[in-house]
Amino acid sequence: MSRYRPRTLALELAMIAAALFVGFPVYVLVNLAVRPASDTSSPISPTTSPTLDNFSQAWQQGSLGGALGNSVLVTVCSVAVVLAVSSLAAYPLARVTARWSRGTYLLVLLGLVLPFQLASLPLYQTMRDLGLLGTPWALVLFYSGLQVPFTVFLYVGFLRALPRDFEDAALIDGCTPLQGFRHVVLPMLKPITVTALVLNTVAIWNDFFTPLLYLSGSAQQTMPVAIAGFVGQYVTDWNLIFAALVISILPVLLVYFLLQRSIINGFAGGLKG
Amino acid sequence: MTLAPNEHLPDQDRPPDVEPPPRVRRARAMPPWWFALPALVLFAFVVLVPSIRGVYYAFTDWDGLDPSFSFVGLDNFADMVRDPDAVQAIRHTLLIAVSITVIQNALGLLLALGVNSAIKSRNLLRVFLFAPAVITPIVTAYLWRNLLSPDGAVNSLLGAVGLDGWRQDWLGSPQVALWSVVGVIVWQFAGYSMVIFLAGLQSVPKEVHEAAAIDGAGPVRRFWSVTRPLLAPALTINLMLSIIGGIKLFDQVYALTGGGPGHATDTISTLIYKDAFTLGEFGYSIALAVVLTIIVAVVSAGQYLVLSRNERAAS
Repeated sequence: MSRYRPRTLALELAMIAAALFVGFPVYVLVNLAVRPASDTSSPISPTTSPTLDNFSQAWQQGSLGGALGNSVLVTVCSVAVVLAVSSLAAYPLARVTARWSRGTYLLVLLGLVLPFQLASLPLYQTMRDLGLLGTPWALVLFYSGLQVPFTVFLYVGFLRALPRDFEDAALIDGCTPLQGFRHVVLPMLKPITVTALVLNTVAIWNDFFTPLLYLSGSAQQTMPVAIAGFVGQYVTDWNLIFAALVISILPVLLVYFLLQRSIINGFAGGLKG
Repeated sequence: MTLAPNEHLPDQDRPPDVEPPPRVRRARAMPPWWFALPALVLFAFVVLVPSIRGVYYAFTDWDGLDPSFSFVGLDNFADMVRDPDAVQAIRHTLLIAVSITVIQNALGLLLALGVNSAIKSRNLLRVFLFAPAVITPIVTAYLWRNLLSPDGAVNSLLGAVGLDGWRQDWLGSPQVALWSVVGVIVWQFAGYSMVIFLAGLQSVPKEVHEAAAIDGAGPVRRFWSVTRPLLAPALTINLMLSIIGGIKLFDQVYALTGGGPGHATDTISTLIYKDAFTLGEFGYSIALAVVLTIIVAVVSAGQYLVLSRNERAAS
């Protein structure tokens, strides 16, 4: 690392300015969320008598507690299913050199390109026929399949870079393939599993289009849909809306700041393949 | 199957009286195919089969409910060409995707170079600049809808620093709204590009940089000749992600402008949603989704070919 020169100081100041620029919307968000509706001064001037009333009102009127619970349920179940089936599938797809294995892998990768709008409209009808519309289980099923291509892609890339000696030893020692996977392969996959966990959680938690379709009109909303409904209902009461927005991003930001190191590495490393 | 002679070599290490059962040899080469089955069933049910059915519906006049619908051939696609809203949405989609890709990656690279330097606050800045990328896009879009409103924070800020002439209705004016959408997405995801570039920058060995510096290469020359070729894989990933993400864009447009004013910010995705669920034109809407798919496929295939050639040339 080079020495700290005047030029470095200039760069430091420029970068801090960029960070303040990025942070400005968040300042306004919090500033207006703690402002009573009677205060109509400029959105950038600090609120003189901050209050937490907006938060309790938004929490009750937006039934955000229920939405939070639904989002957690959908995300946890979907991520668990996706990681389990994708790691298992990646094992033969990465190791077997037969033509079917290569063909299957390419077919799965095709799913990376297909826009979800194409699949989710016809699937809407199937979900309706199965009676799953309006329930969180429609979403769990949807994400469990939708996230397979990306997750298999991450696992196969990682597995191909791993030596196969340990698996071979386990199989020679009399493990069944499933035992070999469970006790030998899966532990070695841990770094990429953390990455896949983070990326899938963010993608599923944040998705809006599918829950908008599949949960519309039901009382069981996920957080993004509940927020959209709340904004529609309280169009002009931005202090209340901002309080709801703060409530909805607090869990995400909390998790992010606690796990930021592995999240940032996961994003960069996982995508590097 | 014929075996190359050296595949028998390991047997020489074994005691001659222990003959390995052939079944074990096959098992070690191949984890069973049915391991892939659960993932494939889910993938087929959720993605593959509905996509194929979608392509079929694109040639029908189905309204999404009525079980009796008829095959209309290429009518939906012919209607699309004559539909100014659809043509405009396709144009907006491409314009947004290309602008996001260029601006977001240029800023992402500058930020990455900044936080990869010797500045003291680099670790904090990395965490801070990436934070918008993890926040739910629909939430940041609602936040910006307020910030960009006529009496919102952006106009207040411009007034406060004496740039009153720049104040405007950022989302309400048809000429500006599209660029406001691009700005919001760049604000959210520049940190995302930054992190991927940063991962690429950290794979550049320091010794190479120092050797180039000793040989008298200035910072610009060092970046161009040493860093840039090694950044090629990160660039490929970033360009693919941002252009595909831009083409599929829905959430932010829905929350920021709803496609308006008029149709000034409608993208293929918002038009698909409106046609299917507010107009009941399911067949037509799926035809739009097919066009979206073709655009994504062509763009990503082209990009992949160009970028992988560049990567090979750079390495």
